[in-house]
Amino acid sequence: MSPDAINDVPKDAEAPPKPAAAGDSPKLRSTGLNFYYGAFQALHGISLDVHANKVTAFIGPSGCGKSTFLRTLNRMNETIKGTRAEGAVLLDNENILEMEVSHLRRRVGMVFQRPNPFPKSIFDNIAYGPRINGMGNRGDMAERVERSLRRAALWEEVKDKLHKSAFDLSGGQQQRLCIARALAVDPEVLLLDEPCSALDPIATAKIEELLFHIKNNCTVVIVTHNMQQAARIADNTGFFLMGKLMEFDTAEVIFKTPKVKATEDYITGRFG
Amino acid sequence: MKLSFRRKAVNAVMLALTGVCTVVAVGLLFFVLGYLFVQGGFSLSWDFFTKLPVPVGEMGGGMANALLGSAKVVLLATCIGVPIGFLAGVYLAEYAGGAYASVIRFVTDLLNGIPSIVIGIFVYTMVVARYGFSTYSGGIALGIMMIPIALRSTEEFLRSVPGALREGAMALGATKSRTIATVVVPAAMRGLISGMMLNLARVSGETAPLLFTAFGNQFWSPGWAQPTATLPAMIYAYAVSPYPDWHRQAWAAGFVLLTMVLFINITARSIVASGSSHKSR
Repeated sequence: MSPDAINDVPKDAEAPPKPAAAGDSPKLRSTGLNFYYGAFQALHGISLDVHANKVTAFIGPSGCGKSTFLRTLNRMNETIKGTRAEGAVLLDNENILEMEVSHLRRRVGMVFQRPNPFPKSIFDNIAYGPRINGMGNRGDMAERVERSLRRAALWEEVKDKLHKSAFDLSGGQQQRLCIARALAVDPEVLLLDEPCSALDPIATAKIEELLFHIKNNCTVVIVTHNMQQAARIADNTGFFLMGKLMEFDTAEVIFKTPKVKATEDYITGRFG
Repeated sequence: MKLSFRRKAVNAVMLALTGVCTVVAVGLLFFVLGYLFVQGGFSLSWDFFTKLPVPVGEMGGGMANALLGSAKVVLLATCIGVPIGFLAGVYLAEYAGGAYASVIRFVTDLLNGIPSIVIGIFVYTMVVARYGFSTYSGGIALGIMMIPIALRSTEEFLRSVPGALREGAMALGATKSRTIATVVVPAAMRGLISGMMLNLARVSGETAPLLFTAFGNQFWSPGWAQPTATLPAMIYAYAVSPYPDWHRQAWAAGFVLLTMVLFINITARSIVASGSSHKSR
């Protein structure tokens, strides 16, 4: 790629970009977000809107900042020492950088790259979030667990072994368990950080399919290395390069008629 | 060619030497075990577990009071050493950072390196000199010895818990302390329990600190504030006596002590082994 492509940042990077889908106000709005690991600036003035009940995907080469951005949305980056965020991220018009962090993470759930079930039973994995957040009593916990597993399309496979160890499940099932675990606290936003990168195509297809259903009552933000995956599931797509948001639009525009040269170069496989 | 022959010869000699030393090392254990088994096994009788020691000259008798005494002292030591070591280990693994953590680690290793008899003297001065010989003071001495090992083994097993599990809990809104209590410690539980068992097995054979704390007793110790007999101290007293019958009793006590320690060791190791098949990777 040409050096110009990197500098080819959208000119209105500081202002929230045009809503990618017309209509309702954004669920999440990032304005001028800078993020630093010590002295290294990993994100440069990221401004974008994430719309409710849509799947928003972030693509870009390794180290481009897409995961860092995702992990800023529920402040998981804070667990690393020496990190710092500037700017604002609004969740329903409330700045998450000033919110009580455990309250934020209850509202903005996360699924990680590798399945990370707790060494507990399937039931206790799902019930963990509701329990620590004081949601529901013993009676309706079973109901909540079932509902979460159904939403993650895992109920039929595990309903007879809820009290077996979560480690007995396959990798794909474990990842759906982690999705169910995140859904059990009724998050408003679900962040997924390359959730299928450790899974085979069949397990991947199952997860992609369930995301379609999840977005009916939850906003989905997904980071993926896989452009086909982004094209299949995303309503809106953002392309990151070297810590900058190069282009953000509907998936249709990004994958068919990208306006920025770097985006086109990336999705046509000229680098990445 | 000559060089090559020399190389091969040196190789053969060194290999043989390492092999022989290995056989000596392993053989020693089996020799001690076998000798103790023969000597102790034949001296052992049911009376050993049920009867009190008898005066010199009288045949028979047992060490029931020492068995109970050892159990009481070790129980007390566990109640002191494990909670302190565990909680300090949690602090070291999860909260202390950088230079501060290395200082704690260094001091802990120093404490672990203190000869057990010095800990005995310390407890003698601090506790026994004021309150007299007692089960308590024996428990305190062994408890102090358990702290550094409990601390370091807790630290190690907590550190071995994958960071992904902590992230998973924090992403659900758990605070750090909540994550440690509900995810990290349970995930490390098998390791923690086995570490504590090995720790217990190690101090249950300690003799020196008990000689001038729990002291010894030919009779039942009525409570916790009186001197008590313990197996290791009893072995010492009986082994250095001039009476062949007492020697037999000492062998029997050694055999019982070793069997208990071996049993705890093997149980602790099998707990860890059965856990490894349970982990995801």
